[in-house]
Amino acid sequence: MTATAELRRTALYNVQKEMGAKLVDFHGWELPIQFSSILKEHQAVRTACGFFDVSHMGQIWAEGRDAADFLQRLNSNDIRRIGPGKAIYSHLLNERGGVVDDVIVSCLGPGRYMTVVNAATTGKDWAWFQKHARGREIRLENMSDFYGMLAVQGPLARRIVSELVPGCVKLPRFGVLETELFGRQAIVQRTGYTGEDGFEIMVPNEVCVRLWEELISRGRSYGAVPCGLGARDTLRLEAGYLLYGQDVDDEHSPFEAGYDWVVKLDKPDFIGKQALERQKREGLRRRLTGVKLSEKGVPRAGGAVYADGRKAGELCSATFSPTLGTGIGVGYLDRTDLAPGRSVEVEIHGRRAAAETASVPFYKRPVAAD
Amino acid sequence: MPAPEKCRFAKSHEWAYLDGGKVAVGISDHAQNEITDVVFVELPKPGRRVKAGEACAVVESVKAAFDIYAPVSGEIAAVNADAAKDPSLVNQSPHDKGWLFAVAPADPKELDALMDYARYQEFLKSAAH
Repeated sequence: MTATAELRRTALYNVQKEMGAKLVDFHGWELPIQFSSILKEHQAVRTACGFFDVSHMGQIWAEGRDAADFLQRLNSNDIRRIGPGKAIYSHLLNERGGVVDDVIVSCLGPGRYMTVVNAATTGKDWAWFQKHARGREIRLENMSDFYGMLAVQGPLARRIVSELVPGCVKLPRFGVLETELFGRQAIVQRTGYTGEDGFEIMVPNEVCVRLWEELISRGRSYGAVPCGLGARDTLRLEAGYLLYGQDVDDEHSPFEAGYDWVVKLDKPDFIGKQALERQKREGLRRRLTGVKLSEKGVPRAGGAVYADGRKAGELCSATFSPTLGTGIGVGYLDRTDLAPGRSVEVEIHGRRAAAETASVPFYKRPVAAD
Repeated sequence: MPAPEKCRFAKSHEWAYLDGGKVAVGISDHAQNEITDVVFVELPKPGRRVKAGEACAVVESVKAAFDIYAPVSGEIAAVNADAAKDPSLVNQSPHDKGWLFAVAPADPKELDALMDYARYQEFLKSAAH
């Protein structure tokens, strides 16, 4: 048995438990892995809408005259590209070009930024921010314990959220809106981790249960359902999103992870830039590669991948893809020459299964109507 | 297929039921509820000789792979091709349409070593399972 007494809980813990959620330990947080069924929840997000409690994620605010410069130095992506009302996906890098965390930076006003960080890395990121803020005119605040965060994801998310936040329909992808819900501050972003249209909403913990219940009751007629971490993982892997700590970490670079587009080497100096320039010059020795099973079976993290009969690496994330109806995974392979569609083998439950390399994402949503 | 109340159960959550000289095997409702979302079933080849407690099938869910152990020794007499084709049957109907395989038992008395329904319910309630 796990020492559940030590696990942290979100504001929604009691409500979700009453709804029959199966709870698991996720990086020290007791969170729902599923409510009804991973497959059903996955399907609901692809075709209608799903609600996720992602309150375990952290929020670090940076405000002041130097905030933009400070974030520009910490981020691989170009923070100057976003103005008020816009967000950007980015990596925080260490000096070796490894990924400290993958984050979304939102600009809420001139010199006013919020960085949404992963749950397991909130403490590390907070220390990293504080260390690099020294001597700058900037005010940092770790608001992770203050905000609850819900993700509303799926093609019908827009219709459901607009009942509470009419302005959300005008938000472009990665648009950010600071508004009020139930008389309290709310931040609504058109972002997500599922590969579908959707929103992530941050509100103070005190109104988080109310927001959850409003969404659940309004979503019912749309076929929207509460979802757990299980569906979140199958959805994000199909969509090609990284899970920090599993697919990328301090020892792996964004280039190795295939996330070249989050690195802007043409912007002024940032932490990790030199290491990445060197990596680019010298070439990669390993690369995160997608694989898709050609036969039945479910690959799992840790499974070996063989190319031309030789072990080329291991899967770091792998699962059954409900949308494709087949096993999928990603792993760092030392064979950086493999184009998508190459035959490989994947170790599954003591046997070697036929598979092929695949381009990531495995799933792309149909072009939205709006 | 029989009502759960008439089956015998292994600690590894297989049910077994002797009918017409063969022992039908599946996983319990409790097990399917824990495993959830079965997406792949790997069944033994008919004719294979198995020993009681030997892993001879695999039930895979989105979450993990689970070995299924032969509850009695004998020879695999039949497998449920429908469950291999539509693994969700294991969730929907674990005691009926989602049965997995049948064993021609070497010694039907081996069934007596398994738990009856009441004892299995107690076993589930105990924290040890």
